[in-house]
Amino acid sequence: MSEELTQRVLKVIATSKRIPLEQVTIDGDFQQLNIDSMDAVEILFALENEFDINIPDDDVREVRNVRQMVEGVARLVASKNGAAPADAAAGQ
Amino acid sequence: MRRVAITGMGAICALGRDVSEFSAAVFEGKSGIGRIESADCSTMRFQNGAEVRGYRHQPYFDDRRADFLDRFAQFAVIAAREAVAGAGIEWTSELRETAAIITGSCVGGQSTEDIGFHEVYKLGHNRVHPLTIPKTMANAGASHISMEFGITGPSFTFSTACSSAAHAIGQAFWMIRGGITDLAITGGSEAPFSFGILKAWEAMRVVSPDTCRPFSKDRRGMVLGEGGAMFVLEPLEAALARGARIHAEIVGFGMSADANHITQPSAEGAARAMRAALKDAGLAPEQVGYINAHGTATPTNDVTETAAIRSVFGPHAGRLAVSSTKSMHGHALGAAAALECLAATLTLRDGILPPTANFNEYDPECDLDVVPNCPRRADVEYALSNSFAFGGLNAVLALRKA
Repeated sequence: MSEELTQRVLKVIATSKRIPLEQVTIDGDFQQLNIDSMDAVEILFALENEFDINIPDDDVREVRNVRQMVEGVARLVASKNGAAPADAAAGQ
Repeated sequence: MRRVAITGMGAICALGRDVSEFSAAVFEGKSGIGRIESADCSTMRFQNGAEVRGYRHQPYFDDRRADFLDRFAQFAVIAAREAVAGAGIEWTSELRETAAIITGSCVGGQSTEDIGFHEVYKLGHNRVHPLTIPKTMANAGASHISMEFGITGPSFTFSTACSSAAHAIGQAFWMIRGGITDLAITGGSEAPFSFGILKAWEAMRVVSPDTCRPFSKDRRGMVLGEGGAMFVLEPLEAALARGARIHAEIVGFGMSADANHITQPSAEGAARAMRAALKDAGLAPEQVGYINAHGTATPTNDVTETAAIRSVFGPHAGRLAVSSTKSMHGHALGAAAALECLAATLTLRDGILPPTANFNEYDPECDLDVVPNCPRRADVEYALSNSFAFGGLNAVLALRKA
């Protein structure tokens, strides 16, 4: 996952939840960040707008932490851009 | 305090255009959920809903009358007509002056409003239809019922999301019981299938991509429904004196607020509302034989509701039957509690438990007798009907076999 994409996702989470950016790290989990299921739905909405992607319900079922969210976004951005996920992981 | 009888019932929803069609479907376990016709949902995360398929305002209303009525208000009047006709009321001028009309609706005539917004924002028109406000207002159902029957008594509308009709019926029950009125027409109606509102529901990610499977381990959320159901309530003594048919009695009404979360339910809040209904009815938990659940089939509601039922009923929870008829008529929002009160009334009257349809797999977190898929004969004396709305506003009705 590129560093730039990661930072954008962290910023979306912090803005949506209205918490300081410093509190949101790649290793954070939702429970620790006090993100409940309604907060998560709002964050997904903001991510869809930020990256112009569509996040299917099935993709979000198991997501419990920031890293999984970043990875999910990276996958969707990559498939939107026509690249295989492995190419995206190699960095932009 | 007077006992309160249900002497008239009317309904229109995905299961049929009247109570007899509703009853036949619900006691067959037949689901009215199918592909949504009223809006183009092809690009949405869900395509299914429980609509009144192929509904046209004729023959219910002539064209000019229909001009004044949003679909949700049409459903309210249609259901009220059936209820009033079935009750065989002999209208006197005193009765017309004192009868109450109490309805529930979440979004009222929002599809009319949606058309207006489309015209203004998308098409850039300089005007919308002048009847937009009178058609959109959530009280339109109650107003049109009052005009239909010339009722000039206390008439109003509750809007408490998924509990709207329960609050309405409960309030009407208290007004009759307390001697404030001798007749009430009460229930709810909703018609939420406009593109804009469906997009709003889609955004919450609570709507199922396939069907409504309450309490089933593979449930994936709710399915929206539409329709209306209305009841005529009278003091039991008066009903008996005039030889009216008594479908059931309403014996209790309980409410609570969760004070917890704007969308997530609370087992404590739900339990408190059930206990309040039992207390209002003077019932012990062990006397209840059937609960018509709120049972939306969201992963959260069904677990929370199970926990609440276990908390209130203790070991008896394993002996009573709990089913969700939302599996068949969908989640009709402001009409939901009215359709469900109807199901509970028919259960008591006809001695059949409606099943939870579309049930595939037992969920250990919903360890109740959910009457999966097949209806069952059962002689039930007391039933509850649960409604636990967004915003944590809970309302529970208690009914008794007549």
